[in-house]
Amino acid sequence: MNDPDALGHFGSFGGRFVPEALMPACLELEEAFRDAWADLTFLDEYHGLLREFGGRPTPVTYCDRLSQNLGIELYLKREDLAHTGSHKINNVIGQALLTKRMGKSRIIAETGAGQHGVASATAAAKLGLECTVYMGELDTQRQALNVFRMELLGATVRPVTSGSKTLKDAVNEAMREWVTCVDTTHYCLGSVMGPHPFPWMVREFQSILGREAASQLDERGVGTPDMVVACVGGGSNAAGLFAGFANSTARLIGVEAAGGSAIGIGSPGVLHGMRSMLIQSDVGQIEEAHSISAGLDYPGIGPEHAFLADIARAEYYSASDDEVLDALQLLSRLEGIIPALETAHALAWVFREAGKLIPSGSTVLVNLSGRGDKDVAQVLEILRSQS
Amino acid sequence: MTSLDVALRGVRDGGRKALVPYFVAGLSDDWPDHVRAAVHAGADAVEIGIPFSDPMMDGVVIQEAADIALRRGTTLLSILDELSALDVGVPLVAMTYYNLFHHLGLERSAGALRAAGISGTIVPDLPIEELGPWQSACNDQDVACVLMVAPSTPLDRVERVNALSQGFVYASARMAVTGAASDGGHAADVVQRVRLSGDKPVYVGIGITTPQQAETAAGFADGVIVGTALVQRLLNGEGAAGVESFVGDLRRAIDAA
Repeated sequence: MNDPDALGHFGSFGGRFVPEALMPACLELEEAFRDAWADLTFLDEYHGLLREFGGRPTPVTYCDRLSQNLGIELYLKREDLAHTGSHKINNVIGQALLTKRMGKSRIIAETGAGQHGVASATAAAKLGLECTVYMGELDTQRQALNVFRMELLGATVRPVTSGSKTLKDAVNEAMREWVTCVDTTHYCLGSVMGPHPFPWMVREFQSILGREAASQLDERGVGTPDMVVACVGGGSNAAGLFAGFANSTARLIGVEAAGGSAIGIGSPGVLHGMRSMLIQSDVGQIEEAHSISAGLDYPGIGPEHAFLADIARAEYYSASDDEVLDALQLLSRLEGIIPALETAHALAWVFREAGKLIPSGSTVLVNLSGRGDKDVAQVLEILRSQS
Repeated sequence: MTSLDVALRGVRDGGRKALVPYFVAGLSDDWPDHVRAAVHAGADAVEIGIPFSDPMMDGVVIQEAADIALRRGTTLLSILDELSALDVGVPLVAMTYYNLFHHLGLERSAGALRAAGISGTIVPDLPIEELGPWQSACNDQDVACVLMVAPSTPLDRVERVNALSQGFVYASARMAVTGAASDGGHAADVVQRVRLSGDKPVYVGIGITTPQQAETAAGFADGVIVGTALVQRLLNGEGAAGVESFVGDLRRAIDAA
């Protein structure tokens, strides 16, 4: 995938829509990232930590039972096996190293389901940084165990009580906090969203998973898959996956939550420092997303995804809560892997479309972006209430 | 020069420090009366806050007021409708976030602002790099774009902001969102840095909550903006009389500077 222009635009999306008070911090971060990303010492440290601490490389797993059932060749990139149980570690290790490189001693982060919060707290503990995580009050209740995990890791969790009390408001609160402490604190944003350079930088940090997957498929003689599929909230795991295949013939597929489908039901707008596709009312107020997975409860999408949809390089579809619950159970039963509810969106689309939008016999790679341990209590509750 | 530039230079050249109160439009049925009361008590211009669902630059008080206004069904166009009927004789400056204008369309928004008698805008999430299309749409309608300078803004950027800002330059006293607990902040430094590269009026806002602070700021700036302290009074149940009394106190303090 291409880099954005000098002001952070991917086509007409992206850019930098932040208060003047934050502009110097965004410019400083961009410079620090450009510098670090071209510095072999930094790259060595980054890759070294991801190997020794993060558990990389993660394997690619062939799903023989599901492949037979669906009439396709299905492979999974196993980010669930990375440290902290998702791809989020790739990004936070990079940003935590950058934080130290900029001479800052503290990170703040937003989190929805808690995956990025736990990953941030983990990286902060490993690298000796202070960490404060902003989490919607509603989400702290839905994901109480993750709150405790972050606290065990030495982070402070601040419940956010404004607005809809979910991820969108956690981002607002983290931005408000960042204004007051930019000198000492880096905002460790969790997805390919926000003001430039975040969408580009987070994609670059996540591209390791896509590049790894491409060479792993090559090595085992599979070659280029016909499709690569990932779930999309802000879109960081999808961006990382697509980065490994954008210059190939593979179709790039993003799957949003039906109730948070910024590409499907949104329109162009400006929020959280970026111009992108947003779910908004007819007078331009941002609306709340609704999804079974807190991690996809976001009314926007990363600007590069909006661009890739615009130029038709990537395709975006959605999956409903019910399809997602079925997919989670099917993968668990047939392949012995319990996926995160977020990840199950990508699987749900594949299960639904095999033999339809996915021609029979296709080779399909799904990014198994996270493990489902954090979700089993919620799934239990839903399944019990349905039976 | 826009009409707002002319008007506010006129205030300064007349030897008067400008007082600019801020209101959240649509907070209550009688919010236009609050604007009238403020002007009656000596406001030189009024900032009209247009509520947005995600006010990234606002603290809890203005967030709460915006939530109330939105729940009452307030929209950009409903506010502009009400403003058309309000002729207070001082400039009105709209403050809101870019998405509302972006969504309605830039040309259409600027035209609607003008038709409602608004002569300037403050859009805190629109830095100079992204300002072009909006400023061009505004200027076609004689609507000014007021820009902000923060304590963190380096000198070369101060110069660029100064060159592009219209009406006045908004000097943020603190690295904070609106309504943060206030000490003197960095206002004097920021104002001094702005003055190095231009002669536009410089007003101080973000963190001015008491008449004493307003008086201090008016000692080195051309004007002061007071928002949260006023909105808090309205949330506490005070009405037009409370506005008139508080703005009157601010006026006397500033005139004593």
